[in-house]
Amino acid sequence: MTNQVLPFAGIVMVLFAFALDSDGILQRVAPGLVWLALLFSSIIIVQRSFAVEAADDALDALKVAGLSPAAVFLGKAVALMAQLLVFEVVLIVLALILYQVNISWAGFVLLVTLSIFATAGLAAMGALYGGLSTAGKGRETLLPLLLLPAVAPVLIGATRATEAAFGSAGTPLHEGWPWVGLLGVFGVLFLFGGTLAFGALTDD
Amino acid sequence: MNIFSLNSKSPTGTRTTRALGVVAILGMTLLGVLGIFLTGEDVVQGSTVRMMYMHVPTAWVAYLAFIVTAVASGAYMWGKQHSLTFDRVAGASAEVGVIFMAMSLVTGSLWGRLTWGTYWQWDPRLTTTVFLLVTYIGYLAVRGLGGTPQQRAKRSGVMALLAVLEIPLVHFSVVLWRSLHQKASVLRPNGDVTMDGLMLFTLMFGLVVFTITFAWMVLHRQRVLTLIDAFNASGIDAAVSERRKEGQVS
Repeated sequence: MTNQVLPFAGIVMVLFAFALDSDGILQRVAPGLVWLALLFSSIIIVQRSFAVEAADDALDALKVAGLSPAAVFLGKAVALMAQLLVFEVVLIVLALILYQVNISWAGFVLLVTLSIFATAGLAAMGALYGGLSTAGKGRETLLPLLLLPAVAPVLIGATRATEAAFGSAGTPLHEGWPWVGLLGVFGVLFLFGGTLAFGALTDD
Repeated sequence: MNIFSLNSKSPTGTRTTRALGVVAILGMTLLGVLGIFLTGEDVVQGSTVRMMYMHVPTAWVAYLAFIVTAVASGAYMWGKQHSLTFDRVAGASAEVGVIFMAMSLVTGSLWGRLTWGTYWQWDPRLTTTVFLLVTYIGYLAVRGLGGTPQQRAKRSGVMALLAVLEIPLVHFSVVLWRSLHQKASVLRPNGDVTMDGLMLFTLMFGLVVFTITFAWMVLHRQRVLTLIDAFNASGIDAAVSERRKEGQVS
């Protein structure tokens, strides 16, 4: 994964710079670009994560072994969260360098908090719909269609909060924290919903 | 004969659906006459307000359709018999709901061009409505994943229950966020209604007529889905009996 998906994310960030080459625009939209790049990379990450499960029918084997679907889901969600957090670190560092963003220590704290909550929601939805799209056997194109609308609220909240953390377009820092609250609510809701729904969705 | 059963002379038509169809056609005609000719113009918007008689009912019926999908999915999953009829009603209702939602967005877009000067705005209500549409298109894609009808019913049942939670989000987005879209004029928090008598009647009548049309469409589509499931099941039976014949010495 590190030698394929990370470069993809890096290239996406560079391509954004080519497409949006105007004074100041890149700096203003940097938060949105970071999260968009993460969202697109997350599709590939989720697909690879579940391809591992489907390869030797590992998911079925876990179910037959008596593992509860909720446990499988939570394990998958935690694994995805770890991978996505690594990506976020890389993407934010790239944004700091490529898009000339400056960040204060308070902004950094906000950034870390919002990243954890946003990634929780993203990982939960990825685990849920990733399971569903491998259950369909060869319907990987279903994953973006299901996942992206479901995590649109996370994208909105994360972008708004990151704008406050980066200080883009003069956004004050304190405006970011309500969005972090919203991200937390979505994270909890998605984890809860995913825990309940994973078993039914992947039951073949 | 209950309204979900089939008639061999015409595959999906029954007395009930014919009656519903006639009422729907007559109602639509009356709605057209009322909406285009008999109701007055709006003080501010002039004649363009007539778009409301199509835009608002299609939106409300789309919400109704998605709620029906969720209720039917729940009835499938928690009913004692896990009857697949509920699953097919859920699927038919979602299909019709997607169509009505798309119609609502198109009519709203045209109306917006006339009154706001633009086809589209990224205000919260429009954004969350598109979001809802895409989610239910995803629901229909999940229904098309294949497998047995029971697998399909279970997967899409769970998806429907997750998706229906978005509907309150869409309706109250007008109240919660600043928005270009008109605030609710009928279901206001304080209960007052601020619309002229005949216009209000036409709007409510439009809602009733569109609901009857929705019911007619869902009944027919649900029956078509039953026929498709029966056909697929018979296809499997035919294949199995052919395999058995291969094994017999002739």
